[in-house]
Amino acid sequence: MSATNIDDPRVIEFDVRTDEMLINMGPQHPSTHGVLRLALRTDGEIVSDLEPHIGYLHRCAEKIGENLTARQFVPYTDRMDYLAAMNMNLGWALTIEKLLDHDVPEKGRHLRVLICEMNRIASHLVAMGTYGLDLGAFSPFLYAFRERERILDLFEKACGARLTYSYIAPGGATADLPVGWTAECSKFINQFKKIIPEFHTLLTTNAIFIARTTGVGILSPRMAIDYGCTGPVLRGSGVYHDLRFHGEERYTELYDGYEFDVICADSETGKYPSSHQEVYKDGLEYPDVPSDAILGDCWHRFYVRMLEVVQSVRLIEQSIVKYDACSGSHGEPIKLTQKLPVGEAYLETEAPRGQMGFYVVSDGQSNPWRVRARSSCFSNLYVTAPLCRGVLLADVPAVVGSLDVVMGEIDR
Amino acid sequence: MSEIALVTQLKDKFGDGIVTVELAAIDAWVEVTASALIDVCEFLRDVEDYHYDMCNCITAIDYLHTDPKKAEKVDWAPHIELVYHLSSIATKKTLVIKVKIPRWKDEAAQQLPEIPSVAGVWTTAIWHEREVYDLSGVNFIGHPELKRILCPDDWEGYPLRKDYEMPLEYHGMRGR
Repeated sequence: MSATNIDDPRVIEFDVRTDEMLINMGPQHPSTHGVLRLALRTDGEIVSDLEPHIGYLHRCAEKIGENLTARQFVPYTDRMDYLAAMNMNLGWALTIEKLLDHDVPEKGRHLRVLICEMNRIASHLVAMGTYGLDLGAFSPFLYAFRERERILDLFEKACGARLTYSYIAPGGATADLPVGWTAECSKFINQFKKIIPEFHTLLTTNAIFIARTTGVGILSPRMAIDYGCTGPVLRGSGVYHDLRFHGEERYTELYDGYEFDVICADSETGKYPSSHQEVYKDGLEYPDVPSDAILGDCWHRFYVRMLEVVQSVRLIEQSIVKYDACSGSHGEPIKLTQKLPVGEAYLETEAPRGQMGFYVVSDGQSNPWRVRARSSCFSNLYVTAPLCRGVLLADVPAVVGSLDVVMGEIDR
Repeated sequence: MSEIALVTQLKDKFGDGIVTVELAAIDAWVEVTASALIDVCEFLRDVEDYHYDMCNCITAIDYLHTDPKKAEKVDWAPHIELVYHLSSIATKKTLVIKVKIPRWKDEAAQQLPEIPSVAGVWTTAIWHEREVYDLSGVNFIGHPELKRILCPDDWEGYPLRKDYEMPLEYHGMRGR
């Protein structure tokens, strides 16, 4: 526009700024799932580059671990992924047991599967609810939290805490489940099973939701592996990998004798395993993959979580039967000052957000020489930058939300 | 053990680059020299039947006893050990690679020890190496953007080193 038009009041498009703009998002932005700060470089509505800034929730968990005994460190693992604290406890417990070469009794094994899968459901419900919230759908959040509250009520009965449980400890669990707990749990599962289709009506098949998530943030399988993505993010790209099947023996033997499927679309047909239909004997059909969806996009990552909830329901139903059939001890936790043998152990478990690894190095004292937590979200978040290049500014929350990051676990 | 075949291949190919092999440990590990690290990693990523295509975790362990009495009793000299936990999506195998480096390149000048960056082999290493640099103070040569990640940019010292001392004050906030 030439400067001569400035005097004409009807011309509004003179001297338009066309240069790139830096936009700051977070660390208090609601759709960044905690204290994540994104520095965005935008060209109009298009994001040309993005850099995540993390560390706002860094609490030196690894340094603290060097000054505490293995048993004392359990509450700190709660505070890593606070939405799936049971799974964090399990990861730490198994790593210490691997170093000690300590085995847990049969009853403790089924208790762990039961509790961890319940927590997986609770965690995926939050992921689903907040993802809707990110995209402007408020109601699914309320439905998700209504069900999650009931899981938290059950956890409160089992261990007294609603969020930071410290329930599963190296050696077993702090207490056995209270009398009648499994009956209450199966009552919940039976009711919950009938509610799952509601979530699909609310989000999965919602036209706006499909329009916002399909074809956005496509992550190729090769890139997912190269960037170290794990969990639903990896499986959403069609990579058949789940540590409950493919992990180390110490972890997979927990799931010995259980029947469940790895949720991952077949890379050729694009179809998901149909075993979830068995959970619904009244002929409820699961929504098909929308025609616009591309393997590895936000919709697929979301859908993998939704189907994993059904697999967790299957696992819980089996574990209740197995747990009730067991008698004896659930496994006593190790002593507070238990000395660790000289050596080191690394173990990864399949937490709801991906592969959570713990690494312990011991020089023979009761305090480890070094503690390391390999966070799944840490690697998953790193892929945001390449995924967001070239998307619309409004789609950034859609991409970040689909990765389902928890900052407590990233910053440790 | 299935790793034996791999170790033979590694020894044939890299010779002195392979320092120690410990297959009887809880997690089998192979120690390599810093100069051979990149080549070994590229080989491991592409080697047939193994394909360690994922770098799960990079850790630095500081071996130092600040108490001289304790330092006398141990059989190692102070050093930093870098541990790379690798796994394979394709073959579901795991392997641990270790590299030992000195604690300082030049202690008087506070120059950080150096090791080649594996960011070109696995992209995920970029953030993991930034974290190791931030918390343990290791300089990764060839890293695209080596800067602090969890601590603020103007933070001093490397918190996961055994001789680290918490600052008394940071921007007017009391440290202790």
